[in-house]
Amino acid sequence: MKRIKKWLVNLGVVLALLAGLTAWTMLPWYGVLGLVALLVLWLLLTRSGRLALAAARIGVASLPQRWGASSVIVIGIAGVVGVLVAMLAMGEGFQKTLQLTGSDDTAIVLRGGSQAETNSVISREQVPLISSLAGIAKGADGQPLVSPELSQVVNMVTRSDGTDANAQLRGVGDAGWSIRPKVKVVEGRRFETGKRELVVGQGAQAQYVGLDVGSTVELANQDWTVVGKFASGDSHDSELWADAQTLATTYQRTAYQSVTVKLDGKDGFKAFKAAMAADPRLKLDVLTTADYYSKQSEGLTKLIKILGTVIGTIMAIGAVFGALNTMYAAVAGRAREIGTLRALGFRGLPVVVAVMLETMLLALLGGLLGGFVAWLVFNNYSVSTLSGNFSQVVFQFRVSPELLWSGLKWALGIGLVGGLFPSLRAARLPVTEALRAA
Amino acid sequence: MKYLHLIWAALFRSKTRTLLTLLSVVTAFLLFGLLDSVRAAFNAGSNVAGYDRLVVASRLSITQMLPIRLEPQIERVPGVNKAVRAAWFGGIYRDQRNFFPNMSVGPDFFEIYPEYRIDPAQLQAFKSTRNGAVVGKALADKYGWKLGDTIPLQATIFPTGGSNDWQFKLVGIFTVADDKRQGEESALYFRWDYFNEANDFVKDRAGWWMVQLSDPDRADAVAQAIDKLSENSDHETKTQTEQAFNQAFVKQFADVGLIVSAIMGAVFFTLLLLTGNTMAQAVRERIPELAVLKTIGFSNRSVLLLVLAEAVLLLLLGGLLGLALAAVVMPMVGAASGGMIQLPSVPGATWALGVALALAIGLLVGALPALRAMRLSIVDALAER
Repeated sequence: MKRIKKWLVNLGVVLALLAGLTAWTMLPWYGVLGLVALLVLWLLLTRSGRLALAAARIGVASLPQRWGASSVIVIGIAGVVGVLVAMLAMGEGFQKTLQLTGSDDTAIVLRGGSQAETNSVISREQVPLISSLAGIAKGADGQPLVSPELSQVVNMVTRSDGTDANAQLRGVGDAGWSIRPKVKVVEGRRFETGKRELVVGQGAQAQYVGLDVGSTVELANQDWTVVGKFASGDSHDSELWADAQTLATTYQRTAYQSVTVKLDGKDGFKAFKAAMAADPRLKLDVLTTADYYSKQSEGLTKLIKILGTVIGTIMAIGAVFGALNTMYAAVAGRAREIGTLRALGFRGLPVVVAVMLETMLLALLGGLLGGFVAWLVFNNYSVSTLSGNFSQVVFQFRVSPELLWSGLKWALGIGLVGGLFPSLRAARLPVTEALRAA
Repeated sequence: MKYLHLIWAALFRSKTRTLLTLLSVVTAFLLFGLLDSVRAAFNAGSNVAGYDRLVVASRLSITQMLPIRLEPQIERVPGVNKAVRAAWFGGIYRDQRNFFPNMSVGPDFFEIYPEYRIDPAQLQAFKSTRNGAVVGKALADKYGWKLGDTIPLQATIFPTGGSNDWQFKLVGIFTVADDKRQGEESALYFRWDYFNEANDFVKDRAGWWMVQLSDPDRADAVAQAIDKLSENSDHETKTQTEQAFNQAFVKQFADVGLIVSAIMGAVFFTLLLLTGNTMAQAVRERIPELAVLKTIGFSNRSVLLLVLAEAVLLLLLGGLLGLALAAVVMPMVGAASGGMIQLPSVPGATWALGVALALAIGLLVGALPALRAMRLSIVDALAER
């Protein structure tokens, strides 16, 4: 009978724990703050709270004696949080880089059905038709801000290991610069129309060999001079820019691939899209660049997030076992202490809370350590991957405060699971047996 | 071997602790098994396959197509058995998320890919049906396609007659025998001559050639001779072995090896600490028992070995369980993703590396407690000083 009762209680605890963990992961920061405030109030104001605090103080004071065992919890949780934060920071960095590239006041025109610039074709006759549509902003000279563009994937040698990688060579129209105000030339000058000149992004320059300003690059058997370097802080940084006309003649292109336009005010996109749909000669897709670039990042970002969470979960399970082990050992090692407390009249709850507090403190330390190491090593760590256009995009890991926060929540969640069962055992220790323990 | 019983008993002296430690070891090796298999799958590409095949593609970029007149020239290069053209199509079936590779290929494609098994009658149908298509079994199963079905694909690059709608008739289903290459069954191939006639954009161009060599040992020389054909033209080629071609492509996505080693470094460091702590505890608790062992005549060395063996046994047990679990989980993940992610089972090299790691970690964490047990002085230990 007693056995069954104990078993049922344990089952109840496990179910409550699962529910608690689910609620915990969804809890927003102010919820956590409220919870902490409640806990502190309870600890300070009620009798059993003060008792719990006193018991916890004894446990924490003896931590240095058990630093070897306690460090298992700290390091274990730090590992989980570090790996989790680093993986998610990678996804976030990629997403952010592509999202920054787009904006709501520019639109990209692609051939109907094509998903990326590489697949798209826009014939030369269509460009004046597009330029005359409503909803496009006019430049200072009264001309519509329209940039017909070509994108060519070129093989470049990487600095890191000397292998070939796909770089994006973008041919832009005259309006290309004014449509993207974020792209600023930081060294040298812009290319001149009609000349074989390149302006390279800072990311591309860092990634590939031979793109210093003033050097010559051979592309399609022609010599191109690098005349400038630009910085934009988004995925254009990984590109090489040239005059669209010159690029077209070099690569024998008879058509453009995309047209990027500056939209006229808030309603520009609606007007532009409607005008496009009304013209039967133009069977083209229109997207704001914000939409276009976030679509490009969707798949990979999702994949990284799922991977990061799965790996994090497996590691977390391992860390829970480690924490359980350590805390069971701690409880067993202090059986006499705990027995004494119980004999003095400490009830179950303060003992449970005391052991939990100790575990949570260690978990918090681990979470902070892991988050800090991930931030130290990986924040702004630069990597590159292949994007939707068959070309490399350089991006930086972003260890954001939100990620660090969720890392801490994971750490405390692991601490909760790892501390609960040992604390229950501590509360259930038969006083007489515990006092007799060696 | 006669001490196994003793070691086993010592290991399970404290059941909870050993079980919890064992479970941590299992999770660590489960993760190792999963990640290392993925890394192996990424890096190997197709290790054995394609040793006698080269890929000829544009030097400028993979998106640049090459004139078809190169084909007879390539076939005349000494050492080349056969060259088969191919062109990437990039069509979408119903929804963008249903990605699978689809491309047009020359008529002899299945001849130079003998590992793709196809029924001769179906192969004949492929050769006689203008808009015929052949798909891998995994892909056919995924969408429930049967022979004779019409498969509509939305073109993303090449329209036909002003529209993006292409229709293919399924005439054959091929299988790949090798388990490790199951992923290659998720592809659709159709005829290059149909592609050439029907698309609005490019005429007489191929994306790349797959070249079969008569002598695999001369791959380098043949590759150089092929690249020489188009030197200084506007369509220079770059010829690589199929393996190098696949690897270069995969490597651009991410340095999987680096990510995997970073994660595993973190995991094993933690594991070292955890099991080290467990072993230290286990020996500390058993000091009087160890002293008794010594008293009844166990030498210092055998006590050392006993404790070491205990640590190694713990790690090996957990490691093997974890790897076995990984081997079970991998196909399940593949099945759950609906063929999107094709994961091979845990390869032999991963098993070997895993076992070696378990041994090494076991020896490492066992060393200090074992030394302590060896140096035990019987008198002090029995008196519990």
